[in-house]
Amino acid sequence: MEAASTGTKFQLRARIRGLIDSGATILAVLSTLLVILPLVAIFIYLLLKGASSLNLDFFIRTPKPVGEAGGGMANAIVGSATLLAVASILGVPMGIFGGVYLAEFGRGTKLANAIRFTADVLNGVPSIVMGIAAYSLIVLPQGHFSAFAGGVALGIMMIPTICRTTEEMLLMVPHVVREAALGLGVPNWRSVLSITVKTASPGIITGCMLAFARVAGETAPLLFTALGNNFWSTTLNEPIAALPLQIYVYAISPYDDWHRLAWAGALVLIVLIVLAVSLVRYVTSRGVLKGAS
Amino acid sequence: MDTTVPEIHIAHPQFQPEPSVTAEQRQAASAAQEPSEVRRFLLSRGNSALADRSFQILMTLCALSIFGIVALIAIELIGNSRLAWHSFGLQFFFKAYIDPYTGLPTYWDPVNGHFSALPFVYGTLLSSLMALMLAVPLALGVAVFLTEMCPNFLRGPLAFLTELLAAIPSIIYGLWAIFVLVPLLREHVNPWLIKIFGWSGLFSDDNPTGLGFVSASVILAIMILPIISSLTREVMIAVPHSQREAVLALGATRWEMIRMGVLRNARIGIVGAIILGLGRALGETMAVTMVIGNSPEIHRSLLANGSSMAAVIANEFAEATNDLHRSALIEIGLALFIVTIIVNALARLLVWAVTRGAPARVN
Repeated sequence: MEAASTGTKFQLRARIRGLIDSGATILAVLSTLLVILPLVAIFIYLLLKGASSLNLDFFIRTPKPVGEAGGGMANAIVGSATLLAVASILGVPMGIFGGVYLAEFGRGTKLANAIRFTADVLNGVPSIVMGIAAYSLIVLPQGHFSAFAGGVALGIMMIPTICRTTEEMLLMVPHVVREAALGLGVPNWRSVLSITVKTASPGIITGCMLAFARVAGETAPLLFTALGNNFWSTTLNEPIAALPLQIYVYAISPYDDWHRLAWAGALVLIVLIVLAVSLVRYVTSRGVLKGAS
Repeated sequence: MDTTVPEIHIAHPQFQPEPSVTAEQRQAASAAQEPSEVRRFLLSRGNSALADRSFQILMTLCALSIFGIVALIAIELIGNSRLAWHSFGLQFFFKAYIDPYTGLPTYWDPVNGHFSALPFVYGTLLSSLMALMLAVPLALGVAVFLTEMCPNFLRGPLAFLTELLAAIPSIIYGLWAIFVLVPLLREHVNPWLIKIFGWSGLFSDDNPTGLGFVSASVILAIMILPIISSLTREVMIAVPHSQREAVLALGATRWEMIRMGVLRNARIGIVGAIILGLGRALGETMAVTMVIGNSPEIHRSLLANGSSMAAVIANEFAEATNDLHRSALIEIGLALFIVTIIVNALARLLVWAVTRGAPARVN
């Protein structure tokens, strides 16, 4: 019968559509599992292979030649901190002030849109290109590798990141706060600095920490600016060790105990980064105004 | 009615009502009077016009430093690659030199001064495209699951985990790839690929090390997954609920609702997310350097060793033998810079068109 055949055809189609829906759900769940799997695997391997080589020697000794026991990465950890410090001196003020412009003075203007767009595009430029720029700017004229060049390379990577996160945090400060300050006769510059930026300061600080976490793991720009060092560096004008650099050098070497040190260094690096990212998430989830002093 | 104004007596001397006088007399009187203390204090302070103006100029200059950085990079790269540009011209990117001893094409020979970037361009494109092919379906699956299908209590932790994938530095990906991924592929996946697809010539058993394009593409796919998936999630969330509800009201299953109501509306943004992932894959240096085998040759096999533009710069820059070598490397860097700027600009434009100016996340 006509009605029966269209009825069963409809039921068949409906059943197929239901099967496709279930299939899509299964595929989505499978792909999520497949994505989480490498993450879990990386962490497990880092813990397994890295924790066994972590001892006090790792944190207080400099690298030893192959075959000698007791080497460590102390100079690499201190070197990374030094490079981060130099990079922050360059990157943090410029980034924060750039974000202040984008949020306070340039909101809605074409210039601010262009700057925001360029900052986003700069964030996607490979870090090795920044390294080449710092090399040509500093290493070539000076004639030697230096921690200063490495810090500059990392600093220009930080500026667009901090600029964007500062702008986002400042946009979240409600207008009432600004208007209250201006209504009391506070000059505009004072209101921006002492009221608006201070209100958003937890968010701005976490934005800086995000930039630190990202920049701390960068290896490529340091390959030919800071170069790496097996000993302690005393001035900013000589090559300096950095944690990711040491990990790289050890990882591509053919020696087993160097491989173990590489895993240990990677574990230290990932713990620091996970701490920073978790802290960022925690602070930003609490809201901008709650943490204001 | 009583129309007289009542007399008001106020104790404070400053607030005594003035005796009724005419307007001109009152004006003449006030002009000759001393301004009050409060008024004198306010007049002496001046306004903050200078401070405001200079503060604004300082902020604007710091924001313009973004343009300054781009200009700085461009100037340095163009300036230092001029030597290679004058020596080779545009042929730098596709010339093949013939090795006099074997008759085979060679490309990158610093000893004899032969510099051609063709194997690196090929390597970058091949590894990025293969990584995209692996990553895009998975990333879309994750995004669809997290946005539409995930139970609420699971969404936060899973989203945090995928963001954590994006935060891991590439050196750690490379370390894990060398010691875990490459042996895994070498023992279990590559023989299977050679056996099943070897007839096509794309998988030959010349390279038993496990390094090569396949390993590099897999680790690249893992690295660009979180970017594509988080941006796809953002554009999917930006699709208004009315679209979803309309499709559901017409009797669609959940997958049909996702396909017609969400993915169709967000497809421009999804394309932008994919292009952004491509941009990241093009410039990825450390993980690729460690697993791609670093051989400046072009082979038909996908399992062969190769190199990429960023990898050759990372490997050879610190030890570049002469000015021409370094200049050739910087020219490769310039090409990488221009390509990633174009790709990233295109991607950001597409994503912006869908999310309408909401700030795009960095990671």
